[in-house]
Order: sequence, then C-alpha cells, then structure tokens
Amino acid sequence: MSAPKSRDRRDFLKSSATGAAALVIGFHWSEDAWAQAGQERKVTNPFDAWVRIEADGRVRLILAKSEMGQGVTTSLPMILAEELAVDWKRVSVEQASTNPGIYEHGTGGSSSVRTSWLPLRQAGAAARAMLIQAAAEQWHVVPATCHAEHGEVVHGPRTKRLPYGALVAAAAKLPVPAFEKVPLLNPKEFRLIGTDVPRADIPRKVDGSAVFGIDVRVPGMLYAVVARCPVFGGKPKRFDATKAKAVSGVKHVIEIPAVPDSHTAGGIAVVAENTYAAMRGRDALEIEWDEGEHARESSATLRAQFEELLKKPGQVVRNDGDAEAALAGTGQKIEATYEVPFQNHSPMEPMNATVHVRADGAEAWLPTQGPEWGQGAIAAITGLKPETIVVHTTLMGGGFGRRYHSDFVAEATQISKATGAPVKLVFTREDDTQRGFYRPASLHRFTGAVDAAGLPSIWHHRMTSVSIDAYWTPSEKAKPASSEIGGAANLGYAIPNLRMEYAQAKSGVPVMWWRSVEHSVNGFVTECFFDELAAAGKQDPLQLRLRLLAEPRKVRVPADNEIILDTTRLTRVLELVALKSGWGTPLPKGRGRGIACAFSFDSYVAEVAEVTVSKGVVKVDRVVAAVDCGRVVNPDGARAQVEGGIIWGLTATLKSAITIDKGRVEQSNFDNYEMLRIDETPVIAVHFVPSEAPPTGIGEPGVPPLASAVANAVFAATGRRIRRLPIRAEDLA
Amino acid sequence: MVKITLNVNGKPHAVDVDPQTPLLWVLRDTLNLTGTKYGCGVAQCGACTVHIDGEATRSCATAVEDVGDRQIITIEGLSADRSHPAQLAWIAEQVPQCGYCQSGMLMTTAELLKRKPKPTDADIDEAISGHICRCGTYPRLRKAIHTAAAMGAKPVAPKPTAARPAPTKSATVGGAK
Repeated sequence: MSAPKSRDRRDFLKSSATGAAALVIGFHWSEDAWAQAGQERKVTNPFDAWVRIEADGRVRLILAKSEMGQGVTTSLPMILAEELAVDWKRVSVEQASTNPGIYEHGTGGSSSVRTSWLPLRQAGAAARAMLIQAAAEQWHVVPATCHAEHGEVVHGPRTKRLPYGALVAAAAKLPVPAFEKVPLLNPKEFRLIGTDVPRADIPRKVDGSAVFGIDVRVPGMLYAVVARCPVFGGKPKRFDATKAKAVSGVKHVIEIPAVPDSHTAGGIAVVAENTYAAMRGRDALEIEWDEGEHARESSATLRAQFEELLKKPGQVVRNDGDAEAALAGTGQKIEATYEVPFQNHSPMEPMNATVHVRADGAEAWLPTQGPEWGQGAIAAITGLKPETIVVHTTLMGGGFGRRYHSDFVAEATQISKATGAPVKLVFTREDDTQRGFYRPASLHRFTGAVDAAGLPSIWHHRMTSVSIDAYWTPSEKAKPASSEIGGAANLGYAIPNLRMEYAQAKSGVPVMWWRSVEHSVNGFVTECFFDELAAAGKQDPLQLRLRLLAEPRKVRVPADNEIILDTTRLTRVLELVALKSGWGTPLPKGRGRGIACAFSFDSYVAEVAEVTVSKGVVKVDRVVAAVDCGRVVNPDGARAQVEGGIIWGLTATLKSAITIDKGRVEQSNFDNYEMLRIDETPVIAVHFVPSEAPPTGIGEPGVPPLASAVANAVFAATGRRIRRLPIRAEDLA
Repeated sequence: MVKITLNVNGKPHAVDVDPQTPLLWVLRDTLNLTGTKYGCGVAQCGACTVHIDGEATRSCATAVEDVGDRQIITIEGLSADRSHPAQLAWIAEQVPQCGYCQSGMLMTTAELLKRKPKPTDADIDEAISGHICRCGTYPRLRKAIHTAAAMGAKPVAPKPTAARPAPTKSATVGGAK
C-alpha cells in the first residue's frame, strides 16, 4: 500500500450553538483508497473525509461510505476509535456530502475496510498526538510522558488527566502532523480491533425505524412507476394514456426519453398520489413498443454464439509452457464444457430513488453505492451544476453491486424535472428482475491432461462471455477480457503448460458487477475442472491442491499487476478448512464432501461442502469456510459477511438463473426467480486464519468457492459432474 | 375512494383510499408506517408481514377493504421499546445485515412464539420458509428464534385502546379475498 500524502492543512471550526471549539482534521480518504487500488482520480476539493472531536467529547467521522448491511458504520469507527483511544460508541459516522469532481466515493469491490485501514488509523493517531501535545503544553510536561486512554489524556502515574473535549480548542491551534510520520499503535496494543463489536445499525433494524431509500418521504412528494419496453434497448412507439389518467390518484403520464449515459431506454412514467395508484395507472396504459435490435435474442442464440466463439482461438491472457504443443502430443485428454447463466442482484429493497429538481438546484435521496454517479446523472439531465445538487445517501436494503448504477436516479430526475414535484420512483419486483444489469453469462471449454504420476500437466481454458468492461467502456478503450478473467487467468496451481484464452460475445443484455463479479464464475469452473483432473490422476482433491501450491509463488492477474495471489496464503486456508471440516473422514452412502478455494478481493477463502443427493435433489448439509482476509477488524461482522456470501452462492448454485427469450428476461418475481430459503440453508461454520497482514476484502470473497465446493461434493456423492448452474435434477441422474 | 377506519397498533386511523389497495400501501403511503416493507407484491417474500388479529399476514396481498375492524399490528407496534423477546434476540444474535426483510421476519417470529413458545427447527423452517433474506441471515435468524424462545415470549401486541370485541374471522397468509 502506498503511504498517504502529507496533510498540511486543517480546519478550525466553531460550533455556532455553543461557541465551543472542535478539533477537525480533514484528510483525503479516497485519494489513499484509490491510490492503493491503482486508479486515476480527479480531485477538486482538498479533503473528502473528516474527523471532528467536539467540545463535549463526541467524535464524528464524516466520510462517504454507504451502509448496505455490510457493517461499515461499525467497522470504520472501530479503526478510528482504536488509534484515537476513545470508546467506539462515542464515534458517530456521518455521510459526507457528495463532492463534485470526485467520482470515486463508491462503496463496492469489498474495499471499505481494506482501503480505509491506513488513513483512518493515521487520522486517529494524528488527532491523538495533537490532543497529547495540547495537554502537555498546558501541564508544562514533555508529551512523551503523556498517553491517551478512554477519551482522556493522562500524565505519568495518573496524577493528571484531561478529557479530549477540554483540549480540542488548544489542539485545534496545533499543526496537523504529517500522516506518514505520525506514530501508529503497535497492533499488540489493540484493545478493540479484533474483538466482536455489536453493529451500530442493528437496533434501528428491529423496530422499523431504519429509513431505507424506499421509506423516504418529502413534503409534496409524488410516486412514480415507469413502463419500460420488455425487450432490452426497445422504446415506446406510441401510447394512449386515457385509461391510465382515469385511475383515481394518477396525476401525470409522461414519456421519458432514453438516457444512454445512464443506460436507460426510456419509457412511460405514471405519476400518482401513492404507489398503488401509480401501479394501477401503469397497468392501464396502452403502449406499442419499438422492440429494437435485440428482439430475437435468446439464451439459445447466445449459447450458439458462445459455441462458435469457442471454436476459434481467443485472446491469449495466460500462457505458461506450451499447452497447445503438449496437447498435440498427448493421448489422454480430459475435456469439459462449463456453462454459467446470467444472474440478477435482486436485493430485497427494489431499486428506487427520490429526487426533487428545482430551478436553482436539486436534492436527492438515493439508496446508492455511488452517490457521485447519481449526482452526475442528475446534473447531466438537468443541466444544473453538480455543486447545487445535494445527495443524501440512505440506508440500502442490499446493494450487491446493482446500486452502483444510476439508471433509477436518471429516471426519477426526468420525472421530477417534468412534473416540478419531488418524485419517488419505485421499481416493482418485476421491474427489478427484468430491468437489471446482470452477472454475465459465459461458456468455458477446458482441455487438460495428467502425467504418468497423476499430476496435471496441461490446462487449456478457453472462455467466452458477455463482457462487463465492454458494456461500460466506450468501445475503442474497452478491454473486454479485463472484467472477466480474474480468478482464472491467475490460477495459482503449478501446472507446466497453462493457457487461457478469452473471447467477447455480443448481447443486448446489460451486464454489471454482481457480488464477487467474475470470481463467482471462475471460482466455479476452474475449481470444478481441477477436481476433474484430480479424479483423472486418482489424486485426493485436497492433497493435489496442496501439492501444486506447495512452492511459494506470487501469481499476478495478467490484466492487473496490482493483484497478486500468494500460494502460501491459499495453502493455509486449505489446511485450515480441511482440519475444521474433517476432510477425509468417511460419510454415509449418498453423501459427499467437496472442496474448493479462491482468491478474490485480496482475500483467500477455502470451503468444504457436505451434500446429500437423493431423488434428484441436492441438499447441502454443511459448509465450512476458512478465510484469510488479513487482520480481522470486527470478527463477528466479518463472519456474517462470509455466511451471507455462502448463502448468496447457494442461491446461484441450487436455485436461480436469468434466461432470455425474444430479447426479454423470462423471470419476473421470486416465484420464478427463486432464492434460497431457511429450510434449504446448511449449517455454516466460518474460521479465520490469524493474521497480522493488513485487512483485505470480506463482502464478496465468501462467494467464489461455494458453487465448486458443492458441485465437487455432488461428484463425491454420485459420480456425476456438475458442469452448469444452477444444478438441475437431470444433471444428477 | 372509500373512507375506512383501520385499527393499527391500538389506534383507529381514518383513511380515504381505493378499497382494493393492498394494506401494505395504505400502511406505507397513507399512514407513513414504513417499517412494513414492499419486497415482491405477490406474497412470496414475507417482507410485508403484519399481524391481523394476531395472525401473521402478508399485507401486500390483503386488500384494505377486507381488513374490516380487525386489529393490525405492524413492526412499529411490536413493542414500544424494542423489548419483545424476538427484538432482543435479534440484537443479541446480530441477525440483520441490510435489515430490509427483518420486519417481516420479526412479525412472523412473534406469531410463531405465541403459537409455539418452544419452536423446533422444523417449526422455524415452516414459519420462516415463506420469507426471503437475500443477505443470508438465516443461520443467525434460526439461532435468534431459539434465543427468543429461551427468554420467554411475551404478549406480542400492546393492548388496543379503542378495540371492539375481537372478531372471530381471521385472515390467512396471503389471504386477499
């Protein structure tokens, strides 16, 4: 990680109510965060995060991180509180307002803790140093004889102590120390980090008082739904609003044009006094659609395109040894084709946005992972200057990647602009299912071989998918493989001839990041095919993995030099999961155990699934996970994320798929796009590898090994290979 | 539009709505009781669950005209101070992640505990399998229901202040008529 830059500015603010001073340290959280991620940035404001210590001792951490259930409003203040030596409950987190010119405040990529770790520690340590300095000057003692604890500065053998609140005025006059030089606590001194801390947001979530985006109410607000063409890319040709306008409560029916930058295709908005009237009005619309160019696409046509693409060599993204020559010279090839479908995010709170466009500015209440994207969408549609647009980021009923987008913000903005009223746009569940941005579908052809000793000698992986990067990036700049090959191109196993090729398929289906993105796909296909090679060589799947990872190596993702897999750490999670799961102990007939591992978002996860297969049904009885995500800030919160990742993976493994016919999504609601339920949920155990390495991602890494652990367990139980998801009864027979 | 009086959380509320409106939207849009959530609109996910005369009911599939003078309890009325055993257990076991589905989960759990003060895992499966949590809180939820049962279930509803004698008719889950 690169060291944050020196801060030589500070703000000194006076509370208008009491005249009391506050110590305020501004810092550049996102600069550090994105510098670590190797991204470009555009900064127009010197600070984007602040620590404010008030005269009453309260500590406010002001930054732009969205809470969608992943616990950042607890884990981030914990990091600050540790270095600042205050009770973490005295630290409140407030959403920083959007900052025009910085389009990088998003919450995603399992990045919050890993990218905030260093800046928050430094901010806390800098404030602590300033408060100690202020106390030492007041006591005429050397700062080194003072220390901080429980929100107080203490001198020597506890003869003198002053609470922070009494010191903020003096401390605020001191220079802010350079962040990279400020002494941080020795981790051995941590009292808080590494302990189970109850989540700050949970009490509001048990009594109905938590306000999600869909719960926002603004005076004079109208409610809107939009009729959109069921075919991707289609738009209204003509419509008749007579019957819709006759519905009691309907106020306006307006056509909204496509907003290509926000990936909306346009539609007919029905605006009403309440949600139900808007829905009924939409039902009464008579619309003729121009279905556009994708009306003939289906899952079958996409599959045919995939198969054509796999017949030809693709872009070579990894090439160790000479897999093609080796294949030409081998008799015993192992071939397998794996298929993975589109998936929708389907958070329990459907997409929604509340926007009020006025002549001189706008205000928006957005359940969003990307508030600046929302602000940018509003600015582009209204022509307003971004600094006149206030965005309130609300709680989210799940995000999973989908809420980075601003399609729903763009539509709400168009409707508010047209009606002059504050408007809450709501997607119905059907809208949410059918107007999504999906995890790409893909097809994979593997050809491999094992040597005389039963060890894999050839690995040839040819992949084709609908590319996220190609969908989101102007075509001349797109690197279609870059968003698709992670977790496959950086395979960690020592196989002498290892080649991966990628080919981009074309589709009208919009695609986007879906919890763990390409790793959800590649964790499945690579770890299942590895199991096939293990079986071909008559090797134990665990022992073969350990053997091919035994030599300590660092393996890079070809598309991204920053992402480096460490075989030693992958080995450690495999060993831990084997121990905790009882790998190798016998199971009754009809049951099986499968193992898989994956490296994603800088974290290492191995999972063992135990399944029972009976009468065409796979029941997952138990999943054991071992996780190395560096130092764990809030173990109980991290455990919850891995549990959630496993259940997310189980839904995609056992239940759901988005399929296309006539250019439209065939699924519509939870009756045909099914989610895992409690009676199908296995016993889950999550174990962390003790680590002093900096924290790494935790929101997503639980997902990638899950499908392969289950599929490999099905093989162990039945001898049947699962090569497509979700698992179907006919694949077990 | 029809004037209807709803008994919600022990208080009468006069509303003027389309009688076909699902109770969910009257609670949310008319009465501003937004703790009850919209998840699917077709009684598949359970996020909208409320009690009608003590019975866990999908408010998205219950027309407001069918509620009559029965007593509605929403998450806001489950307790005045998060003191229902299920709420305490939810905090103790750190159940919610995003939290969106949890109002419905809690309402079903409260009814379950009233019916079966010591529910088995099979009882929990039966009651909660009508609900969806996309974050995957099911293992903690199961644990929390057992924890709540161990605490001892208290009455789920505050005493209605303007109650008429309880009608015998009861709604079924997803029972729009």
